[in-house]
Amino acid sequence: MAQLKLQNLRKQFAPNVVPVKDISLTVDDGEFLTLLGPSGCGKSTLLRLIAGLEQPTAGQVVVGENNLTHIPPGDRNMAMVFQSYALYPHMTVAANIATSLKIRKTPPGEIQQRVHTVADTLGLSHLLDRKPGQLSGGQRQRVALARALVRNPEVFLLDEPLSNLDALLREQVREELKELFEKQNKPVVYVTHDQTEAMTLSSQVAVLLDGLIQQLDPPSRIYTHPANKFVAGFVGSPQMNLLALECQGDRAILGDFSLPLPSFSPQPSGIDIGIRPEDLSLATEDDKITVQGSVSLVEHFGRELLVSVKIKGSHHTLRILINPDLQWEKEDIKLAVNPHRIHWFDEKTGDRLNP
Amino acid sequence: MTTMPTTFLKSLNWKKVLLWTGVIFLVLFCLAPLLWQVLTSLKTNDAIAKLPTVYFPNSQQLTLDHYLILGGKFLRYMLNSAFVSFTSTLICLAVGAPAAYTLARLKIPGEQIILACVLVVSLFPYVLLFLGLLELVKFFGLGNNYLSLIIPYTAINLPLTILVLRSFFQQLPKDLEDSARIDGYNTLQMLLQIVLPMTIPALVTTGILAFIFAWNEFIFALTFITRDTLQTIPIAISKIGGASAFEIPYGPIAAATILGTLPLVILVLIFQQRIVQGITAGAVKG
Repeated sequence: MAQLKLQNLRKQFAPNVVPVKDISLTVDDGEFLTLLGPSGCGKSTLLRLIAGLEQPTAGQVVVGENNLTHIPPGDRNMAMVFQSYALYPHMTVAANIATSLKIRKTPPGEIQQRVHTVADTLGLSHLLDRKPGQLSGGQRQRVALARALVRNPEVFLLDEPLSNLDALLREQVREELKELFEKQNKPVVYVTHDQTEAMTLSSQVAVLLDGLIQQLDPPSRIYTHPANKFVAGFVGSPQMNLLALECQGDRAILGDFSLPLPSFSPQPSGIDIGIRPEDLSLATEDDKITVQGSVSLVEHFGRELLVSVKIKGSHHTLRILINPDLQWEKEDIKLAVNPHRIHWFDEKTGDRLNP
Repeated sequence: MTTMPTTFLKSLNWKKVLLWTGVIFLVLFCLAPLLWQVLTSLKTNDAIAKLPTVYFPNSQQLTLDHYLILGGKFLRYMLNSAFVSFTSTLICLAVGAPAAYTLARLKIPGEQIILACVLVVSLFPYVLLFLGLLELVKFFGLGNNYLSLIIPYTAINLPLTILVLRSFFQQLPKDLEDSARIDGYNTLQMLLQIVLPMTIPALVTTGILAFIFAWNEFIFALTFITRDTLQTIPIAISKIGGASAFEIPYGPIAAATILGTLPLVILVLIFQQRIVQGITAGAVKG
């Protein structure tokens, strides 16, 4: 039973350069935690702190009962897969996979056996004698995975392992990764800026910005209950509609129309709202809350149309996903807003207001 | 009848003709002195002196005598040159590579200043140093000692070695070193087993440059070494003299030059494969 625990980790390179500010979290056996965020949010630095490639300015890295904060990376029993794969170009695939075992003085027979087991699992058996230069991108990626798996480490760290694959291959490897790591039953920390990877692979997602965790929740909750405006805008494709509106009494004003506020006290003078494009629909006669506007842009997504609608009487635009089979008026389109699906955010802090 | 030349002219690819004319001209321009030396070294003395100049000697005008005259002593000079050049090149790489790695990877305070100093040293015309160095050689009693050449050659080649290797280390992917650390290599193992094998092309390139400089160097070799048995090739060639003060022995000089250049040519031919093939291919994406 190994649990990876980070306590108040902080990394400061210079007075103004603090990629990781104060991060605490735990990852249990079999848990797949994804660090998700835009470039420069500190997610890679955090991973390097866990691996021991960087020393934290403050805070601790603990696995099980052992405080590893000052243990060198080679003695941490963690395996890491790099974005660039970082295969040793002058060694064969077999040697690449076996390196870490050789250094740990594993008996040659056992090395042989473990390398072959892993190579079989990943379909690399026929490539063991090749050099990395003779492999395709997908094969190199597998070798990098094999190198991590063969060690049977206590913790797996993966730094954007899919970002160098082409789109089709990425989808395929993503599924394999999920199966593979479910079997390992070890803590996995996965860094990515790709929300699809984060949503599909993880059991927990930590959304990072400016060296702080914005939200730490299972993927579904991240999507349905974003903790603040940043998470709301970052997760979801097409992006959530985010509008800054003025309030009058218990209604938020959107052009010629208004949306009823939930019961906030005190009542704000302005508020930020978020509505996902799929939570808007073409209005029927039964709908109570509707807005009208004119279509400014139509984008084809195959299964759906993404239609940008300029709201009458305001400079705001709402984007809505519509079934291509439906009919609508270009100049005067009427949208229904589902009040239960509106996300309300504080206009100053950006924090979520409704539960 | 009349259509033949026009179709022939049309089928000529003028760009290609221009390219090959250029290539042939350039090669001739660069190699002419060397080819002339080869020719001279193989001609009899009569053929060398003959007017009009003999460009294509017949069988009576060809001889290997000039090479045979050089004798066993010349082998001694070759070995002297080889020893001095190899040793100084090896020391240069052994000292320069760690320095370059340090400058490329570690954040040292004053790194820019150190680099500027290295650059300035390499800009300084080394010929101006030899009088001062002669005093030093005398002071340390290194005259007529291989060390009096090995040390200055190493020092003169170091700046270039450091600068070239540093830029090479900078473009080596850092992930490889991180990966090695996570695999459990300690720093020394990492440098020797991971970084060094990937550095070989750069080491060979700079090594060859350093070697060529040491092999061809003249003024230090002339000043610091006076004992005949320790002298290097360039000095030995310059000392080849004729029977009288008025005779210039073109043949033996040409032969000695060819023999003295041969090791360099062979060395470059052997190693150019290594220089060309970048062995980092496949380490990271691409």
